[in-house]
Amino acid sequence: MRSEKPNHAPLGLKIATAAGLAFMHLPILLIFLYAFTTEEKSYQFPPPGLTAQWFAVAWSRPDVWAALTLSLKVASIATATALVLGTLCAAAVSQTRFFGREAISLLVILPIALPGIITGIALRSAFSIAEIPFSFWTIVLGHATFCIVVVYNNAVARFRRISGSLIEASMDLGADGFQTFRYVILPNIGTALLAGGMLAFALSFDEVIVTTFTAGQQSTLPIWMLEELIRPRQRPVTNVVAMIVVIVTFLPILGAYYLTRDGDKVAGAGK
Amino acid sequence: MTAVLFDNVSRHFGAVRAVDRVKLSIAEGEFFAMLGPSGSGKTTCLRLMAGFEQPTSGHIEIFGETAEGVPPYRRSVNTVFQDYALFPHLSILDNVAYGLMVRGIGREERRKAAEDALAMVKLPGYGERRPGQLSGGQRQRVALARALVNKPKVLLLDEPLGALDLKLREQMQEELKSLQQSLGITFVFVTHDQGEALSMADRLAVFNEGRIQQLGTPEEVYNRPKTRFVADFVGSANVLPVDLCRRLGLKASFASLRPEAVAIAPASNGALSLSGTVASRSFLGATNRIVVNVDGARIAVASPAANAVPAIGSPVTLSFAATDLHPMEDA
Amino acid sequence: MTTVAESFPLPERRGTAGRLSDFFWRHPHVLLAILLGPPLIWLGIVYLGSLFALLLQSFFSIDDFSGLINYEFTLATYRQLLSEANLDIIIRTVAMAALVTLASAVIVFPIAYYAARYARGKGKALFYLAVMLPLWSSYLVKVYAWKLILAKEGILTWFLAKLNLLWLLDAWLALPIVGGSSLSISYTGTFIVFVYVWMPFMILPIQAALERVPANLIEASSDLGGTPAQTFRHVIFPLALPGIVAGSIFTFSLTLGDYIIPQIIGSSRLFIGQAVYAQQGTAGNVPLAAAFTVVPIVIMGAYLWMAKRMGAFDAL
Repeated sequence: MRSEKPNHAPLGLKIATAAGLAFMHLPILLIFLYAFTTEEKSYQFPPPGLTAQWFAVAWSRPDVWAALTLSLKVASIATATALVLGTLCAAAVSQTRFFGREAISLLVILPIALPGIITGIALRSAFSIAEIPFSFWTIVLGHATFCIVVVYNNAVARFRRISGSLIEASMDLGADGFQTFRYVILPNIGTALLAGGMLAFALSFDEVIVTTFTAGQQSTLPIWMLEELIRPRQRPVTNVVAMIVVIVTFLPILGAYYLTRDGDKVAGAGK
Repeated sequence: MTAVLFDNVSRHFGAVRAVDRVKLSIAEGEFFAMLGPSGSGKTTCLRLMAGFEQPTSGHIEIFGETAEGVPPYRRSVNTVFQDYALFPHLSILDNVAYGLMVRGIGREERRKAAEDALAMVKLPGYGERRPGQLSGGQRQRVALARALVNKPKVLLLDEPLGALDLKLREQMQEELKSLQQSLGITFVFVTHDQGEALSMADRLAVFNEGRIQQLGTPEEVYNRPKTRFVADFVGSANVLPVDLCRRLGLKASFASLRPEAVAIAPASNGALSLSGTVASRSFLGATNRIVVNVDGARIAVASPAANAVPAIGSPVTLSFAATDLHPMEDA
Repeated sequence: MTTVAESFPLPERRGTAGRLSDFFWRHPHVLLAILLGPPLIWLGIVYLGSLFALLLQSFFSIDDFSGLINYEFTLATYRQLLSEANLDIIIRTVAMAALVTLASAVIVFPIAYYAARYARGKGKALFYLAVMLPLWSSYLVKVYAWKLILAKEGILTWFLAKLNLLWLLDAWLALPIVGGSSLSISYTGTFIVFVYVWMPFMILPIQAALERVPANLIEASSDLGGTPAQTFRHVIFPLALPGIVAGSIFTFSLTLGDYIIPQIIGSSRLFIGQAVYAQQGTAGNVPLAAAFTVVPIVIMGAYLWMAKRMGAFDAL
């Protein structure tokens, strides 16, 4: 096992680590600064002045609200679907032995292992072959597909931690399958499912690549942002929206981390 | 009445015969031990009784009722698991009351029953704690209370003392024994520790490679091992090989001889004797263990510490009563 | 304790739930089928079905006159895929993905190494969060942040002006291939943003691999007279390699398929993702788009096969 850790990292390593972490974090912090800039026409740095007026402007924009509402709705339903499917799959894979278990794990991971554009275009062409018109539900279908893996990963990790004898003990004490699920399995995997659900929500809320292929004319918040990125119309509003997106995705991630911090190593390490 | 009956029960996992044509019958109120090395099939037998495994062939009865196809939750059998398997998300009281809760017994009644059960295993007032806050010995008692509160007809114990240190283990052995006597419940106890099995059980079955090697009281198994495996596993009895058996006028090819039954002295009237040279000796407190080489066979002697110890290499004569020599069934 | 009390009654057959529970207990395969059914229908039929339908289309061709798909088996689309212009796109994308992966490994390794060997307790948790948050934060916001940074009037120009280093930026932009009229429309810009966005995916696998290197191995090496550099080269690096390869799977694959970053920050030259997008969208040539998607699938298949042979999956 690991013996005593050395106390002092070499200076070069410290500098490289600090520089790497700064590179990862500073650009995101910049978003917070730009949300308050008074400059509307360019990305001038440093901002000539600071103001909170753009929050009011963004607040009164119906298109932002429509996109935000759509994104929240899609993320909620996709998360709920992924929770059901991911949990079922995790239960089957971890509680039973059957031929082809490995293949199932691979199948679940495939939608995020392949570049998003492939998932997106495959679904789009399938919709067109099946003559399914684009709708709210086509977006949900795409999102649920790649959210399953997040729930699955969290649930499988937790299932692995429930010792097999707990379930046997429950049955031994007179609980049938449903009672065992309700009184033993669910309480033990509950937080992992909640964490998985939060990460799935964050993933769906932020997704843009698959969505561009399955959304048709509707705009989720990321699609709205993408359009602003390609053809900037009102930069300050985009700045504010970017900041909101950062916050809305950070909260479930912190929550998921908090829920799984002792024990299962990875809440979302496998995005 | 017969509590548990195994009629030619086999359980195969693929090509592995974990349990192979086992026949046994455990009487009501008996303290029965299943002894054997790991992988000998004793734990699989226990799981067959609990209902976690189904026999590949053969027939199991529990209190006269067919057990095949009956799920664990419909058997009046409870188990104390090797790792205790306490529910980590429930308090100790809720753990103990679990079986009553799923039976739909009212909150007050099950609370009272659970508290009584905790008092019975000498953990009164521990109900509000969590399993993680207890020591191994305490968890073991909780597991016992959780099983006993359901008043099972048969209590199965899977190496319940394995994880405890020596002192605690001896204390628990006594407590389990007296608990079993006062409750009158049939206990089936799995262990790999022959001392534990001999001191606690009314009867025991010695398992090896999926089969029962010998079934009997501790005295029978200890004094008259039927097979070489039992002689070796249960109490390091000497096994006399073919040529020595012949020389002593036995019909069987092998015979067992307990080290305590052998004396280093010339044979007196009616006793049998063998001669050899001292190969090694070690001091064990109350006795000296002296190993004597008799024409290539090594025979251990437990000689009282008060007796003189012959030097290594010196020739000695071993004597023992003919009744202490027990012919064995096979190799 | 008193005498043997009467056993508590065994649970009754509690109506439908009890009967159903017994049924599942006796027929575990039925339960398995019920558990696996919905996810398998969703992923196995809807998702895999769509993928196969897409791949199938790459064996059709587009009619040059009507612009409609000609549903006859042909390899013509693949011939078209291997034309010089399209090969250019493929090579450009693969080269970019390889460079991005390499650069990411170099930047990320010290972080993973520090986290694995020196961080502990609270610091370790903090490190984990410091890696998780950028990993999970919004893709578009990250791209947007770099648009702010790389803009002509943005922070980078300002910073270099303060340091009197603007000449360096101008000299870099004057270079062929990597240069351009500004960073946000050059390969350099695309490269930086790719690295920034896909790099965090590498940290955790590398950290996990490094944490499995026993400290006493490192001590043994220095004990035997190895300098830190030798210890790194001969002990730490080979043992961490499967983790690096595992982490690189994500970075490489994600760069390979991205079409948004090069569209927003980069020159007008296409990457595979953009080509797929353009072919299925404006050009309306779904067969060619499908053939283009085969490229990353084949490359990733080979990559995964190689990674598996190196034992990288144990590091995941």
